[in-house]
Amino acid sequence: MRYLIITILLLSALFGIYYFTVDNKPAVVTSDFEEAFPILGFKDITPEGDTINHSIPDFSFINQDSLEITNETFANKAYITDFFFIHCPSICPRVKAQMLRVYEKFEDNDNLLLVSHSLDPKRDTVAALRSYADKLGVDGSKWHFLTGEKDMIYAMNSEYFIVANEDPDVAGGIDHSGRIVLVDKNRHVRAFAEGTDPDDVTQFLKDLEWFLEEEYGNAN
Amino acid sequence: MIISFSNCEYEAFSQGKALYESQCANCHNENGQGLRNLIPPLAGADYLETHKEEIACIIRYGIEGEMIVNGESYNSQMVGIPILTDVQINNIINYINQAWGNNYGLSNVKMVKEQLENCNK
Ligand code: HEC
Repeated sequence: MRYLIITILLLSALFGIYYFTVDNKPAVVTSDFEEAFPILGFKDITPEGDTINHSIPDFSFINQDSLEITNETFANKAYITDFFFIHCPSICPRVKAQMLRVYEKFEDNDNLLLVSHSLDPKRDTVAALRSYADKLGVDGSKWHFLTGEKDMIYAMNSEYFIVANEDPDVAGGIDHSGRIVLVDKNRHVRAFAEGTDPDDVTQFLKDLEWFLEEEYGNAN
Repeated sequence: MIISFSNCEYEAFSQGKALYESQCANCHNENGQGLRNLIPPLAGADYLETHKEEIACIIRYGIEGEMIVNGESYNSQMVGIPILTDVQINNIINYINQAWGNNYGLSNVKMVKEQLENCNK
């Protein structure tokens, strides 16, 4: 019995110390918005102690209208991106159906663009992508389908935290994830959804509304 | 007898449904709607009714080039799915012929086997 009381006393003392120290730490102020849309990826700290966030490096690709598409195309805009290829026998159409939901919901919002990178750029020529976009019935200034130098495309997917590898053991020869990713106007990756999961995308659409509202003052 | 028959039919449809979901739904969608003008629908598709003698061949060997489904033109490519057995193809056909309000009759393994021997691939 005596031991029990001592233990309880000790424990409550410890808890008191813990509570006191934790409670008195300077609070890092993060808004709900920053918590919901953190800047994703590794952070580097400079010798001066500044944080460098992961950001999308420079790129240059060609879209279905033969236009050069670079980071400049997205200046002051947010975009949603995915990776796919036209002859994909697996998840691509499923993911495209979900990208279409994003497209339709924000069709009239000039602050949000869509970008689909081809993982099979040799076969997915400008003309092939043009026909693909036409069959999907989407507008080329809103939704860019990109082809270009293969190495540069495969270097980009990891920047967006998307896995894609050529793999002869997989149907279609390319193994890749169906993520759709949100990039903000500062080239930071802020959120993603599993493009194979309609429920996840339903939530993502709501989040996007909030994101656009916060960043641009309107979602429509 | 009646119970075992309907059970068997139920089994066939549920295998057909499971196979449909793993082998076809990526493209044609769970709801059979396809995807815009890229992938034709199966739900309510006149093609299933008017091209009964082709469906097993399409599933095994694929199809490409222009086709008209419900008055819309499609011109893409579907690769065949050679891993599916005759019985599995039959189950899938029975499923898509009856799913989503479709009413395109029943197929059987004998019909499927005959068709598969005569595909013009
Ligand atoms: C990789 C995507 C893909 C997969 C997987 C796929 N299809 Fe298709 N399917 C297509 C495309 C694209 C066409 C149209 C081809 C054309 O334009 O010539 C098509 C056409 C068809 C047609 C004829 C047109 C119609 O809509 O009635 C049928 C029937 C069909 N598919 C059934 C199936 C079945 C059953 C499966 C699963 C065993 C399946 N498909 C798997 C893409 C696919």
